[in-house]
Amino acid sequence: MRGFTTLFGKEVLRFWKVSFQTLLAPLVSTLLYMLVFAQVLDHHAEVYPGVSYREFLIPGLAMMAMLQNSFSNTSSSLIQSKLTGNIVFILLPPLSPFEIFAAYVLAAMVRGFAVGGCVWLASLIFFPHLPAHPLELVIFALLGNALSAVLGLLAGIWSEKFDQLAAFQNFIIVPLTFLAGVFYSIHSLPPLWRDISRFNPFLYMIDGFRHGFFGVSDIPPLESFLIVGGCAFALSCLSLSLLSRGWRLRS
Amino acid sequence: MIESIPLSRMGRPGFDGAAISIKGAKKSFGQFEALKGLDLEVQQGEFFALLGPNGAGKTTLISLLAGLARPDAGALSVLGFDVGRDYRQARRAVGVVPQELVFDPFFTVRETLSLQSGYFGIRPDSKWIDELLENLQLRDKADSNMRALSGGMKRRVLVAQALVHRPSVLILDEPTAGVDVELRQTLWKFIRRLNEEGMTILLTTHYLEEAQTLCNRVAMMKAGQVIALDTTQNLLADHSRPSLTLSVGQGKPLPDVLIQRATSLPAGRFRLGLENFAEVEQILAACRTAGLEIKELEVGQADLEEVFVRIMKDTPR
Repeated sequence: MRGFTTLFGKEVLRFWKVSFQTLLAPLVSTLLYMLVFAQVLDHHAEVYPGVSYREFLIPGLAMMAMLQNSFSNTSSSLIQSKLTGNIVFILLPPLSPFEIFAAYVLAAMVRGFAVGGCVWLASLIFFPHLPAHPLELVIFALLGNALSAVLGLLAGIWSEKFDQLAAFQNFIIVPLTFLAGVFYSIHSLPPLWRDISRFNPFLYMIDGFRHGFFGVSDIPPLESFLIVGGCAFALSCLSLSLLSRGWRLRS
Repeated sequence: MIESIPLSRMGRPGFDGAAISIKGAKKSFGQFEALKGLDLEVQQGEFFALLGPNGAGKTTLISLLAGLARPDAGALSVLGFDVGRDYRQARRAVGVVPQELVFDPFFTVRETLSLQSGYFGIRPDSKWIDELLENLQLRDKADSNMRALSGGMKRRVLVAQALVHRPSVLILDEPTAGVDVELRQTLWKFIRRLNEEGMTILLTTHYLEEAQTLCNRVAMMKAGQVIALDTTQNLLADHSRPSLTLSVGQGKPLPDVLIQRATSLPAGRFRLGLENFAEVEQILAACRTAGLEIKELEVGQADLEEVFVRIMKDTPR
C-alpha cells in the first residue's frame, strides 16, 4: 500500500511543482474560450430551452479541460520517464501492475478535477449556476477523468518518442474532445455527422456531465453512463494487461 | 560523523542457499543472442565481479535479475526468490545501481531518496538517509535539485537510491564511471563496510584494478556466456605469468631474439612475458651480447587486466 501511496503522491507533486504550466495555463485558456465564444455567439443561439449559449458552454469546456489534463498527466509523466530512463525507479521496486496503474490514473484524475473545479468556480463569478443533479455531475466527472487518464497511460506505454505521443494527442484526443459536443448540441448536426458522433466516447462524457449541470441532454444519461463506464473498464483492463506483461516497459 | 547504523535487513532468515542463482538464462533481442544459456551462482556475503567486454551480456544479465527484462528461458532467483514468480520478495532483496546516469529532475536529493523508500514499501528512515548522504559525501547537497548536481554526484545519488531500502544484495553496474579518484575511494570504503556486514555485492566494472582489489571471486563473460569463473587469487595464479619491463639506450632496438616476444610500451620501454624467473638472466645476457645499455629494469607479476586480456584472446567467440 505504501508503494502505491508514494507513487500517487509523487505524481501529484510532479504536476504541483509546475502548477503554472499544469493548472494555471489550462485554466486561463479555458476561460479565454469561454469569454470569446460566449461573447460572440451568446445572442445568436439558445441550445436548450432556457439555457443560453454561454451557460451551455460551461460544462462542456470544464469537461474538455479535465479530459485533456488528465490525459496529459499520465501520458507526459510516463513518456518523460521512459525517454530520460528514470522509469527504472518505478520498475525496480516491488510495485504491482495494479499499484502503478492506480497511482498514475488517480493522480491524473486529481489534476483533471483541479483544473475542472477551477474552471467551474471561475465561471460562477460570471454565470452563477448550481448543478441540477450534483451526483450525476460527479459520477460523469469521475468516469470521464478516469477514462481519459487511462487513455493517457496507454499512449505513454505505446509511445517511444515525443513525436508519437504528440500524434496521439493531436490526431486522436484533441479531435475527439472538440467534436464531442463541447461547442454544440449534436441535434444541430446533419444526420450523417450525428450518427458518426455517436461512435465518439467523449460525446457521452460531455453530454452526461451536461445533464448533471442542466438536467437536459442530447442522450439519455443512463446510456451515456453505461457507454463511458464500459469504455473505462475495457481500457483499464487493457492497460493492466500491458503493465503486467511489461509491454514496451520491460524488454 | 553520524553514528553508524547496523544493517539489520541482511540475508533471509533460515535460507543458506546462493544469494544469486542463474540457471540456463537465455535472452535474445531480435536475431542477437545476448545470453546463451548462462549458469552462475553468487554466494551470500561474496564481493563478486562480473567482467567482460562491451556487449558480453553483463547488463542484460543484471536487467533479468532486477526484473527490468524478462528471460526467454532459464530460472533466476535472489535469495531463493524467483525473480518472476516471487517478484515482490526478489526485488525487495536487491538494490541496483544502473549504468545510465538517470534522475528525476523534479525532485531534490532527499525527496528522491524518500520517494525510493516509499516505492519499496518502507517509511522513509531519515537516520539511514542521513547516513547514506554522509557516507557518499552528499550531505550538503541533500536539498539541492537533482538537475543542479554534477555527473559524479548524480552517480552517488544512484548508489544511495539502491541502498535506501537496505537490500541484502547490491548490484553495481559500472558505478564509478565519471567519479573522481577521491570519491571513488570513499565509495569503495563504504561498499566494503556493507560487504563486511554481510551484504552480497555483484559488481561490473571496466576498472579491473578495482575488481582485483575488492572482489573475492570473478566471472568473465564473452558473447553471452561465462568463460572463466574462479576466485581472484586462482585466476591470477593460473593465468598470469611474471613479466620483465626494461628500457635500453636511446634509439637502440632489442635484439631479434627478444623483439618478437616483446610488447612495446611508451617512453622506449618493452615488456617481455616470462615462463619463469630464470629467463631474466637469459634476457639480460642477450642484451649484453648486443651491446645494449639497460637503463631501467622491473620484474613484476601480471594483474587481473592482463589475465582478462589473455582469457578473452584465448577464447573464441
